[in-house]
Amino acid sequence: MKTKAFPYPAVKYDDAALEKLARRLRCDTLCMIHQASSGHPGGSLSSVEILSTLYYQYLRHDPANPERTDRDRFVLSKGHACPILYAILAEQGYFPEEELCHLRRVGGLLQGHPSLHIPGIDASTGSLGQGLSLANGVALAAKLDGSDLHTWCLLGDGELQEGQVWEAAMTSAHYKLDNVTAIVDRNGLQIDGKTEKVMALEPLAEKWLSFGFHVIECDGHSFSDLRRAYDEALATKGKPSCIIANTHKGHGVSFMTDQAGWHGKSPSVEQLQAAVTEICGDKKIESSCMKTVLGEVKGGGR
Amino acid sequence: MALNSTVKEMRLLSLTDAANRENWQACKVTYGAALLKLATERPEVVALDADLANSTQSSRIRDAKDESISRRFFDVGISEQDLVGTGAGLALAGKIPYVNSFGVFLSGRAWGQIRVSVCYPNLPVRFGGSYGGITVGPDGPTHFAISDIAILRSLPNMTLVSATDGAQVPKIIEATVDYPGPVYIRMGRVPLPVVTTAETPFETGRAYVYRKGGGELVLYTTGHSVYDTLEAAEILATEDGIDPWVVNVNTIKPLDVDTIATVAKQVKRGCVVEEHNIYGGLGGAVAEALAGSHPLPLGFIGIEDEFCESGEPMELLREYKLDAPGIVERVRGYLSK
Ligand SMILES: Cc1ncc(C[n+]2csc(CCOP(=O)(O)OP(=O)(O)O)c2C)c(N)n1
Ligand SMILES: [Mg+2]
Repeated sequence: MKTKAFPYPAVKYDDAALEKLARRLRCDTLCMIHQASSGHPGGSLSSVEILSTLYYQYLRHDPANPERTDRDRFVLSKGHACPILYAILAEQGYFPEEELCHLRRVGGLLQGHPSLHIPGIDASTGSLGQGLSLANGVALAAKLDGSDLHTWCLLGDGELQEGQVWEAAMTSAHYKLDNVTAIVDRNGLQIDGKTEKVMALEPLAEKWLSFGFHVIECDGHSFSDLRRAYDEALATKGKPSCIIANTHKGHGVSFMTDQAGWHGKSPSVEQLQAAVTEICGDKKIESSCMKTVLGEVKGGGR
Repeated sequence: MALNSTVKEMRLLSLTDAANRENWQACKVTYGAALLKLATERPEVVALDADLANSTQSSRIRDAKDESISRRFFDVGISEQDLVGTGAGLALAGKIPYVNSFGVFLSGRAWGQIRVSVCYPNLPVRFGGSYGGITVGPDGPTHFAISDIAILRSLPNMTLVSATDGAQVPKIIEATVDYPGPVYIRMGRVPLPVVTTAETPFETGRAYVYRKGGGELVLYTTGHSVYDTLEAAEILATEDGIDPWVVNVNTIKPLDVDTIATVAKQVKRGCVVEEHNIYGGLGGAVAEALAGSHPLPLGFIGIEDEFCESGEPMELLREYKLDAPGIVERVRGYLSK
């Protein structure tokens, strides 16, 4: 039986379109976190290109049918970066963009960390270290069912300090889960500082390699390099792949870039305005979330 | 037994002073300061964290100017199981480790290590269980500690103390440092009303009567709910003429059955108020204690077996009816049954 085509990935999202979209998603993310007065900007901004490449150019999914069983799955193991994921899901129509303005609020749809009851979210996460096991479980089920769906899992680099990640890594390799791709957002920072200072991870590529993964390193802010990595991961058979995406925490906003202090802090009005100005440059970027939040800011609403 | 019965005897702040936001305190601030003081006085005290040193304020040890103190801080990265195990190892070698993380991760991610590496050998590991309850706020359900009391008090050898407010934390640290076996200190995250003073008594293993009442009702409570329960008791006294007793079960394990039962004998009914699931928490503990010898009809006021949702801490207390008006409403509901 021929399966129905998925609206995503969509060819119209070439690099120029993605580049513009990424700016908008960065703005949405910061507006949401400002509006919520709490949240995690640093690790959201480092994942913008990783996630937009995935959600617009790779993941087979259908916002009109979030529960389609033949869809690819995505597990945001570093659940605190959910603002960027929520921004993408809203843009693709999983839920009204209006919800972005109620992030982390009583009565709102969008919880502080991903929850399965939110349309488009494939796993409940936020307690670090649990996501790769979930991805493995989905991938094992897909193999049982003869489905060709692919599971993607995004992990933080600090998150790799959780033992469960390595327990899961053994499972991925043991069951030859070539339908699992782990992506590591290698921004070099966690809450208490540099990963190499808090609890060293290097040599990281060698670790994944020795755990039985096909390891690919890439520039996590370059669409073309991410595509090279994703293509290579999908083409690899007989073993799982791990993409180490080299990124900068807070990328796109100079005063947040590579600053551990911006891990879990909400920008003030002035900081939000400065960030948006820098992200947009000479481009005209618009979204309903930006309109609401920045409109309120201008009107002195908050 | 003689009951310490009045607000005066307990040297509590007046509820007006407690409500004054200028007096509010966050447990982590007083915890960090108390830990630093302790580490200064006691060379065997060490501190551990799992990438949350600023949030738990174990950073006070890490950032101590005196190198003989700062060298006693260990960050193990984001690995709670390893955190607890390493703490246990330090205790095996004669140290008094203060192991820090959010309550939900300590109790939830490292329960197996707490059980076998710490409680079974009865090691003097101290847990700084910050971020208790739902007043954790916007981080939401994944970060709420609403099952911690249930799963920790079921561990043999565990001592479970619940900080009433920020002001009480240094007292608890001082009183428990040499207490035998493992001690878990449950604390809230945000600045909240302070009801205790430096003169308010605290002894590990004791419950205290914070409000003496009439023959109708007792409210057993713990932690940050003590303030809201005292407020609720005043409302019930003035508006409903009920005049409840309020007992602060400051230590949840070992439970002060004596005090709990003595008050139970004075009244017709009781309610247990806690920022925790209604199953397995203080409510369960009180019911277990009374069922055998002093059965008392009890109502359970807590989280109604749900994961809740993200929100600002005060909003959440209102939403889940754990602020004073909410408690009053739920007590009335129980009494009208
Ligand atoms: C089990 C668990 N422990 C601790 C935390 C608190 N926490 C949230 S984010 C974070 C740091 C994450 O660092 P990293 O994985 O590098 O993420 P990124 O830099 O991409 O934000 C920590 C410790 C948590 N969410 N879950
Ligand atoms: Mg990181």
